[in-house]
Amino acid sequence: MTGYIHSKESFGTVDGPGIRYVLFMQGCPLRCIYCHNPDTWETGKGEKITPDEVLQEFNKNRSFYSKGGITVTGGEPLLQVDFLTELFKKAKAENIHTCIDTSGITYNTDNPAYMQKLDELMNYTDLVMLDIKHIDPESHKKLTSKDNSRVLDFAKYLETKKIPLWVRHIIIEGYTDKPEDLRKLGEFIGKLKNLRALDVLPYHTMGVNKYKEMGIPYPLEGMEALPMEKAIEAKKYILEGVKKTRL
Amino acid sequence: MDFENWKGFETGTWKKEINVRSFIKHNYTPYDGDETFLEGPTQDTIDLWEQVLDLTKQERDAGGVLDMDTKTISTITSHAPGYLNKDKEKIVGFQTDKPFKRALMPYGGIRMAEKACKDNGYEIDPEIKEFFTTHRKTHNAGVFDAYTPEMRACRSSHIITGLPDAYGRGRIIGDYRRVALYGVDRLIADKLEQKETTRSAMYSHIIQEREELSEQIRALQQLKEMAMSYGFDISLPAKDTKEAIQWLYFGYLAAVKEQNGAAMSLGRTSTFLDIYAERDLKNGVYTEKEIQEMIDHFIMKLRLIKFARTPEYNQLFSGDPQWVTESIGGVAIDGRHMVTKMSFRYLHTLENLGAAPEPNLTVLWSLRLPENFKRFCAKISIETSSVQYENDDLMRFHHGDDYAIACCVSSMVVGKEMQFFGARANLAKCLLYAINGGVDEISGKQVAPEYRPITSEYLDYDEVMKKYDDMMQWLAGVYVNTLNIIHYMHDKYCYERLQMALHDKKVTRWFATGIAGLSVVADSLSAIKYAKVKTIRDENGLVVDYEVEGDFPKYGNDDDRVDSIAYEIVHRFMTHIRKNHTYRDGIPTTSILTITSNVVYGKNTGATPDGRKKGEAFAPGANPMHRRDTHGAVSSLASVAKLPFIDAQDGISNTFSIIPGALGKDDRIFAGDIEVDLDCSNGACGTPTLFEGLDTDE
Repeated sequence: MTGYIHSKESFGTVDGPGIRYVLFMQGCPLRCIYCHNPDTWETGKGEKITPDEVLQEFNKNRSFYSKGGITVTGGEPLLQVDFLTELFKKAKAENIHTCIDTSGITYNTDNPAYMQKLDELMNYTDLVMLDIKHIDPESHKKLTSKDNSRVLDFAKYLETKKIPLWVRHIIIEGYTDKPEDLRKLGEFIGKLKNLRALDVLPYHTMGVNKYKEMGIPYPLEGMEALPMEKAIEAKKYILEGVKKTRL
Repeated sequence: MDFENWKGFETGTWKKEINVRSFIKHNYTPYDGDETFLEGPTQDTIDLWEQVLDLTKQERDAGGVLDMDTKTISTITSHAPGYLNKDKEKIVGFQTDKPFKRALMPYGGIRMAEKACKDNGYEIDPEIKEFFTTHRKTHNAGVFDAYTPEMRACRSSHIITGLPDAYGRGRIIGDYRRVALYGVDRLIADKLEQKETTRSAMYSHIIQEREELSEQIRALQQLKEMAMSYGFDISLPAKDTKEAIQWLYFGYLAAVKEQNGAAMSLGRTSTFLDIYAERDLKNGVYTEKEIQEMIDHFIMKLRLIKFARTPEYNQLFSGDPQWVTESIGGVAIDGRHMVTKMSFRYLHTLENLGAAPEPNLTVLWSLRLPENFKRFCAKISIETSSVQYENDDLMRFHHGDDYAIACCVSSMVVGKEMQFFGARANLAKCLLYAINGGVDEISGKQVAPEYRPITSEYLDYDEVMKKYDDMMQWLAGVYVNTLNIIHYMHDKYCYERLQMALHDKKVTRWFATGIAGLSVVADSLSAIKYAKVKTIRDENGLVVDYEVEGDFPKYGNDDDRVDSIAYEIVHRFMTHIRKNHTYRDGIPTTSILTITSNVVYGKNTGATPDGRKKGEAFAPGANPMHRRDTHGAVSSLASVAKLPFIDAQDGISNTFSIIPGALGKDDRIFAGDIEVDLDCSNGACGTPTLFEGLDTDE
């Protein structure tokens, strides 16, 4: 079993609890207009790696990861579900904490074969970080090229599977900062019993240079990074929605 | 032997002999709690610190120096007492008769002292210059009388660099705790006994020992005298926390009044002082607030240690560092951790007084430190970027549980071991000498012996390694012998009598050497081995540049192919160092350490086979070269961790900067406990405070 990765980071601190070994998987079906990793879009490219190689590297420096674990992100890691399953199965056998950072877009109940694989993967998954990019289907489509029905269904699926969930949401001025949308998002995630944390991130421009290097136009050209305060404000609206579901 | 002031302390060997470790072992109270007991600054602390900030601003506005003494040769008793505000200071004492006035210390070298004055706009008293030029020799003059032409050539070509031959060597930590625990009279009595019991056949080293012991006794007497000028009789043991801090500080102050050393470190004092604090808290002598105030004032004093230095010195060290290093925490041999409330109080000064590089608060980190303390350290680090960490689990094996750090990484048992500071050999330049047959790539001079140079267009790994090994052997020889001269002369003309008075009679001397440019060498050899390196020669046939064709493994990526080369170089160089005779039977060690001077070393080194251009900075210490470690911090650190500590026992440093935001969403996530229970079954649903734990990224 071989996976295709874009890169790896031996000291990940923002992709799950503790210090983590992070694999950036290659390939993504979404084309988010603010994506900061456009170099991970294309599938079938990248460096090949096997689960054993990952675990070997992880174990070599395991003392660094005593409170962390392995996170797969991307790209969209769930495109390579077979690789993930083998990796996580082996990781769990060695008592390593496992985490998937995903957009949830590959979730598809019409594909029983895929669903079976997903069920299997969830047996070895300790945490999912789900990036819900927009609560409104139309806006989600404008933002990412696909609507969000699969994403929201995936969140509910995780709830039935009792997989702890961290929700991420990026605030982009004029796209994802409407209070009513944020409250709606809050109402949605508030109902999820497996929700453990909420990450509200302000839009940043760190991806811009990659577009230049790749020679493709940047959809949000000229937009400035969002100040931290706006993200804090946005979080308040989301929490308002969450509270509403819990009173 | 017993004293009234020792009442309440558990007895132990420490009462029979000078043995601070025994006192600590029998009396300290490990603290597992958190930081909530800590107190903020008092009004006096705030006032004094504002005064300091104002003086600091004045000093900056004046170009870096506010006042210099140009007439008085600084000794333990040379100056009248100095104060910030006598009524507010709980701990007193300055190096001269007023704060921010730098003392004149010519024993290391009159030219350096004169230049330090001149460059700062002051003129040294001509009589003093005349005295130290004609009548009293300095360390610096002694060294240059004995240097060989080869040593001078190595010095001026910077293959050996930063040598303490014109300034104080530092790196010696007096056991200043002894002053507090025993009082000076007991220490003098001990030294007198040591002097009486030297061997009677007068070999030169016995003569030296007797003369030094006499100097030590004299220094202790002057220490008492100096304390008396501040109104304290320190002949007897300190009776409470305040006296213990004050006695200890007087010991340290006496040292920095006489020695302008490259690193004047404090030792390992926090857990020692905590024993007094615990006793006083128990007996209601002082409150937590009062104790914190004393510590704040003590640390404030340590922040105001200043020396007269030249701009070149400050350039080399990127600032005006004193390396007042204090070692905190660690684990005892009996298995208990050594974190006390005082460990928290010391670090808390960074909150009460604000962040500062001095004193260099250094946590002796162990996996077995209590969780609360680890979290507190992380928090203070994130807030202030002012804490240094060292691996206690590694060093405890060699030095036990009462060692301290001198400068930034040099470990030594307090009062029992000292170090002869040895600066650094530039191993990157040594590699270029191996290629060019001993000719300096910048000056074109024949510095090393005229070994056969490499004549091929492309470099061959085995050939380069063979020649490099020969060149390292030569370098190690001239290097150690240069240091032999330096330390002989330093002992002779600039002896650290007070610091050595606070040592045992039998002292283990570490003979320190150092390596600069390790990652440049490792990458260069890796390039030669795994890529193709073409030499580019000037009109005289001297290789002055290199072209690397293809890629090669780079140190800093946890890649054994190159990490093993770095290991090998350290081991080989240390093996060559060990072949040499060392002054006073010093035990050779080496360090892979530079925090800032790597910039200057790089400036003086030509292009290297790893593709580094002429003059480009080296990486600091054992760091990988800038931007060549591409697999994240763990891989980078893992490469460094493979270096053999046994061959680099004087320390391996890795400078690691990270923006707080990159250490997780906030310090709670980094600590691994973000999980917030939102499960409605526990009945807590809907409580807004539940979400306080949820976070926003930055």
